[in-house]
Amino acid sequence: MIQAVVRKFVSLVLTLLAASFLVFAVTEFSPGNVARKTLGPYAPQESVDLLYSKLGLNDPLPIRYARWLGVLVGAKADPLQDPALGLDFKDPRGDRYFLNFGYSSLYKVPVNDVIWKRLGNTALLAGLAFGLIVPLALVLGILAGMREGSVLDRTISVFGIVTTSVPEFASGVFLVAIFVVWLGWLPGTSPLDAGAGWPIWSQLILPVAVLVLYDTGYVVRMVRGSMAEVMSKAYIRTAILKGLPFRDVVVRHGVRNAMIAPFTVILLQINFLISGVVVTEMVFSYPGFGRMILEASLFGDIQLVEAATLIALVVAVATQFVSDIGYALLNPQIRLS
Amino acid sequence: MTAPPVPTNNVPTNNVPTPDAAKPEAAKSGARPSAAEIRADAIERPPGLIRRLPTSGVAMVGIGIILFWTILAITAPWLPIDPPNKSDLASFANPGPSAAHWLGVDIKGRDILARIIWGAQRVLTVAPLAALCAYLVGCPLGLLAGYYGGKVDAVVSRAGDVILSFPIIILYVILIATIGPSILNIMLAVVLASGPGVARIVRGLTLEQRHLDYVAAAELRRESAFYIMFVELLPNCRGPLITDFCLRVGYTIITIGILGFLGLGLPPPDPDWGTMVKEGTTMISIRPHMSLFPAIAIVTLVLGFNLVADGLRELSLKD
Repeated sequence: MIQAVVRKFVSLVLTLLAASFLVFAVTEFSPGNVARKTLGPYAPQESVDLLYSKLGLNDPLPIRYARWLGVLVGAKADPLQDPALGLDFKDPRGDRYFLNFGYSSLYKVPVNDVIWKRLGNTALLAGLAFGLIVPLALVLGILAGMREGSVLDRTISVFGIVTTSVPEFASGVFLVAIFVVWLGWLPGTSPLDAGAGWPIWSQLILPVAVLVLYDTGYVVRMVRGSMAEVMSKAYIRTAILKGLPFRDVVVRHGVRNAMIAPFTVILLQINFLISGVVVTEMVFSYPGFGRMILEASLFGDIQLVEAATLIALVVAVATQFVSDIGYALLNPQIRLS
Repeated sequence: MTAPPVPTNNVPTNNVPTPDAAKPEAAKSGARPSAAEIRADAIERPPGLIRRLPTSGVAMVGIGIILFWTILAITAPWLPIDPPNKSDLASFANPGPSAAHWLGVDIKGRDILARIIWGAQRVLTVAPLAALCAYLVGCPLGLLAGYYGGKVDAVVSRAGDVILSFPIIILYVILIATIGPSILNIMLAVVLASGPGVARIVRGLTLEQRHLDYVAAAELRRESAFYIMFVELLPNCRGPLITDFCLRVGYTIITIGILGFLGLGLPPPDPDWGTMVKEGTTMISIRPHMSLFPAIAIVTLVLGFNLVADGLRELSLKD
């Protein structure tokens, strides 16, 4: 078992490295661009040339990637902090420390000064959404799956298909049209700043609702499928035949066994939420991580894009790791083999 | 289930959906018939999924919606609508729905109905074509991985895992922001992001079929590996693949919409639904119709594909 966990861990770390190399390759594919984008469009050509040689942009991609990793883990000094470049880049943490993500050319500060606050805002949004999606999906999925083919089942399933067909930006537009334009109950933007007259909690309602609407249907479908399968098993029939009330059959025998398969799906929702927040944060101008990635990509802020993607990948791979291990622990068939 | 399931080499981790593949593969776990069911299917040959489609109410509603948009898209040049980029500034005094402009005009005074119909033509060309390309790449990879196993499988699967470990929208944003938005680049991005998911499904299906008698028979006849993979194995995987294809087209429509909404969509000025929604949001507090109508168009078209996929899944479960 421990051996399997270690093997899984190593393979996920390798996946992570390969994925971050891919991002590095895409963003830094043309070296001339890297220097130009770091310095901005108005920098003199000499500075660009100096940075080009300073960063060793002539070297092949894998070497540059290794160097980037070196700066990241604190084994190498960040070349961008060299005063000779005229970047005026000052990092109070020094030029060599663990998790040195470099310098954001968009915000003109060290990446570490922007990224964690944004990540915290997104964690709040995604955490609230996750906290609503899971119980809602479990209840709906169990209700639908306990009597397959019933009216309730068909209703919940159709509801699930409809909500998963509405992308976040569309449901955002619908909700804004109803609750902001028509009823005037809620604010249309969520800058997380009480100055505009709307308390912070009211600014969270619509973004959270958008995420919940889009993701819940999918989890409901998974829970329903698993529940329906369990309810067709012989031990359920036995429990019913021995006279146990249907309610007890569902709660004691059905639910407990039906929760194993959806466990992974539920954890992997965290990954979908990372995707979902990009759009949701754009709809509501929410100062979060997803919007930051989009703005950084559009601006060409290479260091920030690489840092943010790496963090998103770590979250994604870590949840995958937890869900694989958890699945193995929950499922006796795998645990014992 | 009448016959005991045939043992397969599916290692347990394959059944665990990974993050990004899971959404378009929503029906995967439900749609994939067990090997025993497929074997029974091969002997009795009941009418194919597609031919039984009319018995599914949901699927027919979905087909109706898709046909509605397809007919509008095909007949767009002959419909009595404005050219999509024609600006009618006079109507901008009252941009809301009117007799001259049924769905109103957008921020540049262009007829929204015309732009939605021309946009349908665009999205209905790009999305299915992109999904098809993802299949053209994913199917051979999945077949190779499933049929040969061993090193080939390890290489294909590990490479796929790398792509599938990405939060998918972030991958799209980085790719398109770097290589620039164009129809070709968006299709390339869809193939890169979605191909590994296809490969994973095809690989799983191939592993289920790999040890069945008909494959052994073909090997005894000394058929080429190419023949066995594409003529014997692939057609026998078609049920779940058709369902997955429908879901994938729907998801690709969403993706194109999201890219448009994020400002990375098909290049203007030609109409693109996601871009229309985005342009409208600047006026949403005064004129919500500018965003609402294109958003409704996207939702209905995606719903159409998802309903067909759901109907197909239900039908394949009945077998």
